[in-house]
Amino acid sequence: MVEHRLAEPTATIAPHAIGKPSRRRLSGLSLLLREPRVLLAGGFLLLLLAAAIVAPAVAPHDPLEQDLMLNTLPPAWDSEAEPGYLLGTDSLGRDVLSRLIYGGRVAFTVAIVAALAAGVIGTALGLVAGYFGGWVDAAISRVIDIWMAFPPVLLSILLVAVIGTGVTSVILAIVVIDWTRFCRVVRSETLQQAKMEYVDAAVTLGTGRWRILLKEILPNVLPVVVVLLSLEMGIAVIVEAVLSFVGLSVSSDTPTWGGMIAEGRQIIYQAWWVLVFPLVLLFATVLAFNQLGDGIRRLTDPVLRR
Amino acid sequence: MRMMPLAVLPWRSLLLAAVTLFGVAVISFVLLRVVPGDPIAMMIAPGASAADIAQLRASYGLDRSIAVQFLIWLGHAITGDFGTSISMRQDVVHLIAARLPATIELTLLALVIALILGIGTAVLSTLSRRRLVGSAIDNSNGVLLAVPDFVWALAFVVLFGVALPVLPISGRVDPRLSIDFATSFILMESLARLHFDIALDVLAHMIMPALALALPLAAVILRVLKGALEAEAHQDYALLARIRGKSRLRVTLEETLRNALVPTLALTGVQFTFMFGGTVIVERIFAYPGIGNLAIDAVINRDLPLIQGLILTFGLIFILINLAVEASFGLLNPRLRHG
Repeated sequence: MVEHRLAEPTATIAPHAIGKPSRRRLSGLSLLLREPRVLLAGGFLLLLLAAAIVAPAVAPHDPLEQDLMLNTLPPAWDSEAEPGYLLGTDSLGRDVLSRLIYGGRVAFTVAIVAALAAGVIGTALGLVAGYFGGWVDAAISRVIDIWMAFPPVLLSILLVAVIGTGVTSVILAIVVIDWTRFCRVVRSETLQQAKMEYVDAAVTLGTGRWRILLKEILPNVLPVVVVLLSLEMGIAVIVEAVLSFVGLSVSSDTPTWGGMIAEGRQIIYQAWWVLVFPLVLLFATVLAFNQLGDGIRRLTDPVLRR
Repeated sequence: MRMMPLAVLPWRSLLLAAVTLFGVAVISFVLLRVVPGDPIAMMIAPGASAADIAQLRASYGLDRSIAVQFLIWLGHAITGDFGTSISMRQDVVHLIAARLPATIELTLLALVIALILGIGTAVLSTLSRRRLVGSAIDNSNGVLLAVPDFVWALAFVVLFGVALPVLPISGRVDPRLSIDFATSFILMESLARLHFDIALDVLAHMIMPALALALPLAAVILRVLKGALEAEAHQDYALLARIRGKSRLRVTLEETLRNALVPTLALTGVQFTFMFGGTVIVERIFAYPGIGNLAIDAVINRDLPLIQGLILTFGLIFILINLAVEASFGLLNPRLRHG
């Protein structure tokens, strides 16, 4: 059913969206300025990533340092605030800002590794299924159908139950569940590309099938993959936050946004800021990944560019 | 794609559904048996001898092959015996049956809210002559689509539980109001027994988790339905109705909405199954006593019989929703009834 496929949340890319974008027009700065959200969202994410990487240098405090004398301090603009604790402290007297910065490490590690791994696996299988067709395509498509029957949250919890908690399990769970997002889109994109004249031309010239797939079709499918990667990173950040919220991600002494939100939920009436700051940061991060993906889609889409 | 006539549809689908459920049972059984960690190790008293352990292992059939273990488990499962929860020491079926109604009431309320919001805004945005309203809805919907239920739920806790404390942020009913309910469908029961004060309290507990589950679904419904409505508006029958002098409002409500709803409802069914997945985390945030919350406890406690029972319960729910969606196709679109 066509409507069905159009309607799926991941398939935000119009099927005809990606032609052969000309490199020269793409690289122009004026184009980037036409999609300011790519710059804005990308800049925001790069800033967060940089802060997470150099966390020991920029965080004002040790994120694990407890000081029960300084517990649940309000943020700086409150009259009872303590200088040096810009966003206040949690119930154990740990600095909220420092924990947010360090929490970005887990969030970005999961986002980047999980999205890339899911992207590589999904794209590879999607290319093969879309180009070679036949029983390979039938087999891969069937596996995807079965995969889609499991709702993602449930599957991730089942997987974490099986492989145990920790960053590696979270990443593995995301990859195992979400490679299908890439595979479905890349498969249908490859089907479209394989019908184009440049592929016929390559066949006529005697180019090998694998070479056509990797040198001709892959570059044309890549823009869609980049968009999906951005969206997938947003999803991965959420999944990591959800799993650490329920205590199924990393051990509790590593600061994570989800873990902070869980602690904040318990002392919500005494110290709202322990929940609100990581929640706002989580929301901003997910939104930024989404807007970045959407912006890139518009930039690389020849139909929308007109 | 050729569709079976309505009368034949259930048989084929039911068979397929049974096969799927069996597949879910096999996969989850095998997956859960390769879990690192020995279920027997959790049950033995300290200082038990090797012979005791071996005997215990044999009494649970754990010394046999995994296929035999599955057949033993299946034999029990068919008679409705899913074993005893390790962490709560209660019958698994009993535990799930006590919690399932809470989740069903919550998701149904969320579905109703999502349909009203999604269809309402889609019609509104299609009808609005002023470009501003339409594009305002489109732009905010782009943001709404990015916000998951997890973030909504926590934002509601902060906004309406703490900053403006008008709604309770945990539980299902105020214990002071609680009466002896005959069923666990306490919202429906309190309404049926005319205890409106209790129904109102239950609703107050449900509205935030239900909205958190409903908003992402409403955003998807809005996007799909709006696209479908715009496509239908250019069809001959809609143009003809306009030429015959019907207003845009009447054409939409009387002519195009019905056809545009078909693809929308297909998608809503798929998304509704995802919403059941979403209850896992939303129920946790609001300490709502449903099966989603139970599932997280089960995983944290590595309670294998309970996890297995819950996976099958969720699997059964998803399959039933898909069957319902399939049946509704035929009802909504007469063209599909004939091959």
